[in-house]
Amino acid sequence: MSENLTLVQAVRDGLHDGMAEDDDVLVMGEDVGQNGGVFRATEGLYEEFGDDRVIDTPLAESGIIGSAVGMAAYGLKPVPEIQFSGFMYPGFDQVVSHMSRLRTRSRGRFTLPMVLRAPMGGGIRAPEHHSESKEAFYAHEAGLKVAMPSTPYDAKGMLIASIRDPDPVVFLEPKKIYRAFREDVPDDPYEVELGDAAVRTEGEDVSVFTWGAMTQPTVEAAENLDRIDVEVVDLRSLSPIDFDTIIESFKKTGRAAIVHEAPNTGGLGAEITATIQEEALLYQEAPVERITGFDVPFPLAALEDYYLPEPARIAAGIEEAFDF
Amino acid sequence: MTETIHRAPDDTYRVLDENGELVDGAEVPDLTDDELVEMYRYMKLARRFDERAVSLQRQGRIGTYPPLSGQEGAQIASAMALADDDWIVPSYREHGASLVRGLPLKDTLLYWMGDERGNAIPAEENIFTVAVPIASQIPHATGMGWASQLKDESDTAFMCYFGDGATSEGDFHEGLNFAGVYDTPNVFFCNNNQWAISVPREQQTATDTLAQKAAAYGFEGVQVDGMDPLAVYQVAHDAIEKAKDPDEDEMRPTLIEAVQYRFGAHTTADDPSVYREESEVEAWKDKDPIPRLETFLVETDRLDDAAIESIEADIEDAVADAIEAAEETPRPDPASMFENVYAEMPQRLEQQLEYFQSIRDEYGDEALLED
Repeated sequence: MSENLTLVQAVRDGLHDGMAEDDDVLVMGEDVGQNGGVFRATEGLYEEFGDDRVIDTPLAESGIIGSAVGMAAYGLKPVPEIQFSGFMYPGFDQVVSHMSRLRTRSRGRFTLPMVLRAPMGGGIRAPEHHSESKEAFYAHEAGLKVAMPSTPYDAKGMLIASIRDPDPVVFLEPKKIYRAFREDVPDDPYEVELGDAAVRTEGEDVSVFTWGAMTQPTVEAAENLDRIDVEVVDLRSLSPIDFDTIIESFKKTGRAAIVHEAPNTGGLGAEITATIQEEALLYQEAPVERITGFDVPFPLAALEDYYLPEPARIAAGIEEAFDF
Repeated sequence: MTETIHRAPDDTYRVLDENGELVDGAEVPDLTDDELVEMYRYMKLARRFDERAVSLQRQGRIGTYPPLSGQEGAQIASAMALADDDWIVPSYREHGASLVRGLPLKDTLLYWMGDERGNAIPAEENIFTVAVPIASQIPHATGMGWASQLKDESDTAFMCYFGDGATSEGDFHEGLNFAGVYDTPNVFFCNNNQWAISVPREQQTATDTLAQKAAAYGFEGVQVDGMDPLAVYQVAHDAIEKAKDPDEDEMRPTLIEAVQYRFGAHTTADDPSVYREESEVEAWKDKDPIPRLETFLVETDRLDDAAIESIEADIEDAVADAIEAAEETPRPDPASMFENVYAEMPQRLEQQLEYFQSIRDEYGDEALLED
């Protein structure tokens, strides 16, 4: 049995199933209880599981993440929500100083089976600080896994995999596509393995690596390019990254473009490019193109479309890689 | 030592009761009749602006907007208590306080239309840039006050606004603690509107009041009826005086908890009917600061129907003019997102700007915009 769900509904479904199968799983954060989450990602969970397992916390990100670390170390499996990834930073110390490295620091005595969820990214005309893409911060941090689904099916499967994972996962949800389209999502719990990329469109000429809300415009750009046979790979998992799939695709095409909405400098595009150089240099026929956000603070809504890569800019980058 | 500031944190200061009558023994602040009417006019203007802004958002003419209705008394009266050289350090809901301090309503609209130019406070106005991340402006206000002291200024106060939810953040604690340690000329003005989106004040902290938290930092914390503009004015005024010129045994900073209510949603993206009862909203509307002040002014012959009518007509025009000016402002130049990132644009950013302009030239702006 399955249901036709949006991405945010699939997140909600994943949380539900994760809680239903394991009493240790709980959800906590600002407005996740009676309000059902500002994006409705926790709708109905408060009514079903009660206020011991769906917890409205005070407005304090360090408190939320830090106490989730304590709960996880003491045997629960918390799934804290930070309302927007742009508000993570009061709790960032907890993420990078403790959540990522408690296993290491305690030599395995204390482990953190927790999932830190946050909506991220631009494209919904949100106010200041609500639109950034900072996935590279988390992928840069050893000890964390980082997931960013781009489809409802993956959202549920990756969330369940994350909840069951023995290590802490930062689960970033591209809110631009929370309700962009629906997909059949199985009713029963299932896993989409973390660390496993998905080839969305097969092709022979140029490999394009992307993730999150950029997947759809990249597929669209690929479809518009009649003269180029494009392969689109949706990484889905940003730590660990599925470099096997990336290298295999690149060896086939010898040309690559990377699309991400995060700023160019220090973005994950650089990591992918460097790995291609290390592992497949002799296959390379063109410079790797990066089509990304600019190295400026994310602009307010009136200019956000100009900041975000969209099909025309993506297509231009793919053509550069092809025509070199 | 004033009794408005030196009182138990739960001894809420009041001047007007809910019917606009003077509370027994209360004194009207030392304001001229014109200033009192001005206070009323600003509150009405803020309310009308708010109603229109919510409606503009519903029509898709501005983006997400945080309403302030119910909170005019606290915002307007506290801002009016400041001297010209004083500063406000606002959160994102202080359209009323900013209006008093000289920010054109057009700029407030531009900001919520997603135009960066709405964030460019006119150079002559002592208003700090809006802070969206909760409580993050509190240490800034402390730092500004601290800097003022280090520069040997003695006549400037720094009024920082934040909400009840902000008192749970580390930045609240750290900002107020620094203010206590360095005895900075700050007034920390907490707009306790009872709800941090869906989380009620009772779930935000286990203390009876927010005002009492000041004790932990070594200075006074007082509650004031935040829907009583005259009480707010007096407490804010006395706290500002204390910030600039404390008695020998007084600390400069004060925490003011202005007890009030947000009549509307947290923002236009929020639906409060999911988490609170309409009867609660109605009960608080009985304390609405605008009719309270109006009744007081009419009863004391400072205001009459003709004046009210004329104020209302002026306000309608002022709001309409602001909307027209904002909507007639040409859209920002897309290349402006590369401006003001650094004093001098680094070479790499220059290259990105060149590439951006070449893409615009080649494909046209239409191709870069979402459908």
